[in-house]
Amino acid sequence: MEEDQELERKISGLKTQMAEGERKTALEMVQAAGTDRHCVTFVLHEEDHTLGNSLRYMIMKNPEVEFCGYTTTHPSESKINLRIQTRGALPAVEPFQRGLTELMNVCQHVLDKFEASIKEYKDHKAGRKESTF
Amino acid sequence: MAAAQAVEEMRSRVVLEEFGVRNVHTTDFPGNYSGYDDAWDQDRFEKNFRVDVVHMDENSLEFDMVGIDAAIANAFRRILLAEVPTMAVEKVLVYNNTSIVQDEILAHRLGLIPIHADPRLFEYRNQGEEEGTEIDTLQFRLQVRCTRNPHAAKDSSDPNELYVNHKVYTRHMTWVPLGNQADLFPEGTIRPVHDDILIAQLRPGQEIDLLMQCVKGIGKKVARVANPRLDTFSREVFRNEKLKKVVRLARVRDHYIFSVESTGVLPPEVLVSEAIKVLMGKCRRFLDELDAVQMD
Repeated sequence: MEEDQELERKISGLKTQMAEGERKTALEMVQAAGTDRHCVTFVLHEEDHTLGNSLRYMIMKNPEVEFCGYTTTHPSESKINLRIQTRGALPAVEPFQRGLTELMNVCQHVLDKFEASIKEYKDHKAGRKESTF
Repeated sequence: MAAAQAVEEMRSRVVLEEFGVRNVHTTDFPGNYSGYDDAWDQDRFEKNFRVDVVHMDENSLEFDMVGIDAAIANAFRRILLAEVPTMAVEKVLVYNNTSIVQDEILAHRLGLIPIHADPRLFEYRNQGEEEGTEIDTLQFRLQVRCTRNPHAAKDSSDPNELYVNHKVYTRHMTWVPLGNQADLFPEGTIRPVHDDILIAQLRPGQEIDLLMQCVKGIGKKVARVANPRLDTFSREVFRNEKLKKVVRLARVRDHYIFSVESTGVLPPEVLVSEAIKVLMGKCRRFLDELDAVQMD
């Protein structure tokens, strides 16, 4: 019992250590001199087209966004540059945050629908098996 | 009338013509078409979205996703191929290898063997840690020695008769439980998925004796833990002269057919669920980053 507790404490300690190390490099924001906060380039480390394209789609669906595009800097480097320009004076961080939240909601909904569909298929198959006896 | 139809086609169909494909990119963003409200609407998405399972068995799954855009469907496909974590051999400690197969080739082959262990029950190994602990490592032992069969017929030339243990299969791998793993995992649950994968061939006097350590990893970093396969459509009709003029091929833009085949470690529906959770995890990670940055 005591050994298990010790193991749990050790794991949580290691996890936060790793999280702190990663925090410093996962996301950067670059802004050109002279512009205000409505044009920003976000550098996302350890990411590629998987998140880049889907996030770009969600952000483009926002009517306040004038421009959104992403690019992989070089195939050997695993990071993407995501640029957002908004109409008017809306700070670019806002559509970025909204895009992430909306993408999360889409995934949650897809997950729910998918699991419901799988369950329905399994029940239907089980029902059919029973009825053949 | 015709203009409205053309706009509808441009928005919702990818047209396959004889010499190329038209309307590939998604264009329904706010402001592109007058008269259409294309801003993101979660309720409208939820109303139009559906998943239909076509076929499912223990290793393969086929289902349709309707009402979702290419970018997100492709993200799921990419994650299924490369970012769903599995356990695979990473480090091989070779005590003795007198076979024809070189150490590194043998180690490479061992890394490709799918291991039947639920990766959700394990943690990632911290970088720089040499020794594996019970929470992030699985150990297997492979010890095979080939000898001559004393009871073989004099003039036989069949290796199956002449030699004993001349083919090394995955069934020769034995699990070495670490720490409390023996209590957590019942006998026989931690093993390679298939026990008839040929690892190497030996001749009398040759021996392989090694210890393998499996860790949790994703295909991006360790290009061997790939799990499923995904699939696609034929333009053959354009070869036929008469049909060419009468047939118009178009694909519905937001209807995707997924065909997932698992290596056997996890059932395919679990793989898809895990892939969706991986994408959510990525979003959450950046949302947390943003919160942390804004608090500074």
